[in-house]
Amino acid sequence: MELIVNVLAATVVAGTPLLLVALGELICERSGVLNLGQEGMMLMGAVAGFAAALSSGSLLVGVVAAIVAGIGMSLLFAFMAVTLAANQYAAGLALTIFGTGLSAFLGAGFVGSSIEGFSRVAIPLLSDIPVLGRVFFDQDPLVYVSFIAFAGVALFLRYSRAGLLLRAIGEDPEAANANGLQVLLVRYLAVAFGGAMAGLAGAYLSLAYTPLWTENMTAGRGWIALALVVFATWRPERLILGAYLFGAASILHLVLQGLGWKSSTELLAMLPYLVTILMLVLLSWNPARTRLNTPLSLGQPYRPGC
Amino acid sequence: MTSAIRLKLENIVKEYPGCRANDGIDLTVGAGEIHALLGENGAGKSTLMKVIYGVIQPDQGRIVWNGHEVRVDNPAQARRMGIGMVFQHFSLFETLTVAENIALSLPPDEARNRARLNQRIREVSERYGMALDPRRYVSTLSVGERQRVEIVRCLIQETTLLILDEPTSVLTPQEVSTLFATLRKLSKEGCSILFISHKLEEVRSLCHTATVLRQGRVSGDCQPADISANDIARLMVGDDTPISTQVTAAEPGATLIEIRGLGWKSKDPFGTSLSNVNLDLHKGEIVGIAGVAGNGQDELLKALSGEIRTGTGTITLDGVNIANLFPDQRRKLGVAIVPEERLGRGAVPDMSLADNALLTASGEGLVSRGLVRSGRVREFSREVIRRFGVRCTGENNTAGSLSGGNLQKYIIGREALQNPRLLVASHPTWGVDVGSAVAIHESLVRLRDEGASILLISEDLDELYQLCNRLGALCDGRLSPLAPTSELNIEQLGQWMAGEFESGEVAHAVA
Amino acid sequence: MLLLERRPVPSSLMRWASPLLALVLTIITGFVLFLVMGKDPVEGLKFFFITPVSDLSGLSELGLKMAPLLLCAAGLTVCYRARVWNIGAEGHFLMGALGASVMAIQLSESSGFWVLPLVLLTGVLAGMVWAAIAAGLKTHLHCNEILTTIMLNYIALNLLLFTVHGPLKDPFGFGFPQSVMFSDSALLPALIPGTRLHLGLAFGLLAAVAVWVLFARSFIGFQLNVVGQDHRAAEFAGFGVRRLTWFAFLIGGATAGLAGASEVTGPIGQLVPQVSPGYGYTAIIVVFLGRMNALGIVAASALLALTFIGGEMLQIAMHMPKAVTGLFQGLLLFYLLTCDAFIHYRIRRRKAALQPLSAAVTTASQEA
Repeated sequence: MELIVNVLAATVVAGTPLLLVALGELICERSGVLNLGQEGMMLMGAVAGFAAALSSGSLLVGVVAAIVAGIGMSLLFAFMAVTLAANQYAAGLALTIFGTGLSAFLGAGFVGSSIEGFSRVAIPLLSDIPVLGRVFFDQDPLVYVSFIAFAGVALFLRYSRAGLLLRAIGEDPEAANANGLQVLLVRYLAVAFGGAMAGLAGAYLSLAYTPLWTENMTAGRGWIALALVVFATWRPERLILGAYLFGAASILHLVLQGLGWKSSTELLAMLPYLVTILMLVLLSWNPARTRLNTPLSLGQPYRPGC
Repeated sequence: MTSAIRLKLENIVKEYPGCRANDGIDLTVGAGEIHALLGENGAGKSTLMKVIYGVIQPDQGRIVWNGHEVRVDNPAQARRMGIGMVFQHFSLFETLTVAENIALSLPPDEARNRARLNQRIREVSERYGMALDPRRYVSTLSVGERQRVEIVRCLIQETTLLILDEPTSVLTPQEVSTLFATLRKLSKEGCSILFISHKLEEVRSLCHTATVLRQGRVSGDCQPADISANDIARLMVGDDTPISTQVTAAEPGATLIEIRGLGWKSKDPFGTSLSNVNLDLHKGEIVGIAGVAGNGQDELLKALSGEIRTGTGTITLDGVNIANLFPDQRRKLGVAIVPEERLGRGAVPDMSLADNALLTASGEGLVSRGLVRSGRVREFSREVIRRFGVRCTGENNTAGSLSGGNLQKYIIGREALQNPRLLVASHPTWGVDVGSAVAIHESLVRLRDEGASILLISEDLDELYQLCNRLGALCDGRLSPLAPTSELNIEQLGQWMAGEFESGEVAHAVA
Repeated sequence: MLLLERRPVPSSLMRWASPLLALVLTIITGFVLFLVMGKDPVEGLKFFFITPVSDLSGLSELGLKMAPLLLCAAGLTVCYRARVWNIGAEGHFLMGALGASVMAIQLSESSGFWVLPLVLLTGVLAGMVWAAIAAGLKTHLHCNEILTTIMLNYIALNLLLFTVHGPLKDPFGFGFPQSVMFSDSALLPALIPGTRLHLGLAFGLLAAVAVWVLFARSFIGFQLNVVGQDHRAAEFAGFGVRRLTWFAFLIGGATAGLAGASEVTGPIGQLVPQVSPGYGYTAIIVVFLGRMNALGIVAASALLALTFIGGEMLQIAMHMPKAVTGLFQGLLLFYLLTCDAFIHYRIRRRKAALQPLSAAVTTASQEA
């Protein structure tokens, strides 16, 4: 029992960075912009968060720095993909390659340093619920932030006028423009939100998950998050399930080793990536299934009046 | 009396790189007036509308609204002033409901109370005879219903000038008369209407006044009821363009194509499926398929071209079932296709005309052992340009740089030069200038007289009546019976377009 | 106010000027970067761009790095022309290296002229198999190829790590995760005697020629272009989009697989975990920078090969982090895409507009 509870709690922890970055990308994609630069933005968030926390001694400063770094990166992307209407695939790839290089460059001096990361804060009363209390309400503060972000995104999309606007622009920017909606502004904001969340996800890695900085420490999580958004068919409720599912896949090798099951680390480390492909297959083989929620203009450059 | 003048435009100029779309246009619309704006494609109608609605800003000129000079910065401002517009391509969001669509164009405080908004939508739509359920998703609405959403959206905002861009092109004849009744009622209540069209008879029956544009300038103002359609057409195209083709009677020969029980199920939840289509085509005839867009025309074309091969039933060409053959195999058997979208399907916009010849004509000896014979490709392309009067500087022009009419002539010519036995043409003169339309019609008739079977899919009933010797209509993926054109009146065809024909029950009746 | 305006026709001058402009902007940024870090910028840029190619051995090192980049980029060019967004060159490369190594180790007792071709062929096939997975996932199961190829890259890397830590590990290698050295008959001959430059570069140049023939002369190249520029036109013309997608993937897999095989049979001579410093990813930049054109990718692969050597040079000479390579590559791609926008757009000053009459608007709307 104890083991199961611990595994579940670890699953939530492992799923949190995925949830954070995927929520941001979900909003971004709902506006019709596909940002393949998640990995680059996360890495920049991770390095900026770590550096700021290390030099200021405050984790909060680290988190803020990570968010700022994520937004900064996303604005670079928005300038190319939204203002200049560049190919979104290429611009996203550029962002990832650039972010990988820049973060490694900036972080070179921090390899080997360590800080005291976020520690668990039990929420009174809620944490006393059997099993669920330990799994969901005895975690570090950023996990709670991810819950709030999830609820916020879900409510925003379902009930707010701005959410309606976002969905409309993602479906048909041309029609939205004809209706007098501010397509470019909304897309900028959506991309920036994606950047902020990716930065936060990066900070989660370098300030909570493993409080240190190494090159490429995201290990493809930005890409997995992109697959996760497809898997969730652009719906937040499915996204949170998916994120924890991937969280479970990524800690499975630890569990198996804990159980004394002998297998190669490298082979088990493939698991999250295999699961990602499997999920894509399950979701994509019937295109009609994903069609209803897909933002129709996704990935297509748009400039009003051109 | 300035108060009676709602909108006055003076010397509007709008320039685009390489063309002067509006070149000093004056226009006056009175309160309660139904004012037609006529002109060929490319005459500058759409640009002028966009200027009035604030989508684009004019380079020069004055806009006077109710006696005050104004500047319209964006559509939201235009709507606040009382100007509403229904675009030809509706600006609706399919995945949202009717009410959500309307809410998006209202100021936030008016849209907040959803129950009240629903109530208002019902009130306005009933008052003007356009029944609408605010809770339905736009994706489930027919084209006519979508147009109602657009109009109701304007009316709900106390519009005093309603701009309609080619509103009848997507409607059945019955729907057109319902729309006209609504517009007349609005006009009586003092709402001005700017009605953009190129259908002259409609304009003559509905509009009080008309302004005709040609090449970005006003070529005349008139009272359309008082002058003939021919005179208006002259104002539109000038003196040297032929206005229509004289079509000789067809002399149909033996049966070439037999379509039996053709069906296909769309995987797309918003798509149209084909069911039990039966059709015979004879050599040397033009058969017309009418219908409102989105009722299976594109699917039928794809089933014939081979882009859809997963259907049921048979398509027999001269005794050979081609229903499972690929497009290139069908082309070898003499099937030629002219799709609705000239750019992006019939031709690749950024490729040269020569390369676009290679797109479908590779079987004409343009490829040998996997290598392109570029000399021959250019020769073939030049031949098309010469024989079909395509106006361009040469075969190196990109397809996207040609005008709609010229590109269409090129595409038709490319197919015609391959001596097809069956030519399927979808909306061949849509958005094409009158001169090119006449040339295209002549090419089709010439092919017919050479013995080819032609299937003409079109929304333009005038065109169908003019060219075809038999007519039918598609509705919701089902094909009506076919009747000789001379025996089919427009009311009957309208009913077919609305799905009122035998073979199962009626798909959806029109209110 | 500045306005971005669509050009009536795309600028062909800008199409070719854009990569040069991007390079200039990258160099300027590099200059500033050196200044900020308190290093001599002229010295730094010299170490990065000039010193590595100032002698024969430097040039041969450049060719050495160029070979895998050019091979991968040739295959990716075929893919990207058809808008098949294959990001998997890295994975194909790693599988090519792994496949070739398995065969080379199997044949370590054999000798003869046939050993090397067999080893290379295994690498090619391994790359193709890896690409075929992504192709099948795309054409039959509609999976987005960007995501699947990225995932396959990670899987390939872990597979390679597994083999060098496990079955292929050299038992006498002092516990290092690497394979035994290959026998001489499984090694690529040197192109210029006395240097490390091997036959791989010739493969790369041949691949570039093949790309040129494909797109300038052949009908299948034309079909690939149509698929890329206009999917619906390709379907209309009946070009067999599935077949072409497979073709693009398999070519991409074959060339990157050959690159991987050439790397282990060339300069390295054994299988090691760090067989690729990210050639497969850098090749993406090569393709974009080289305008998806045969001659272009040859030039671009030389430039990007230089960033690898230049980065190492800076690390040794000026104690800069090695990551400077990735930074330069990222900047270059970034500037390139920005400059590319001006192929289709141009900047124009907004003309003086009409006088705003907001007061009139308010009164007008009140009356209305």
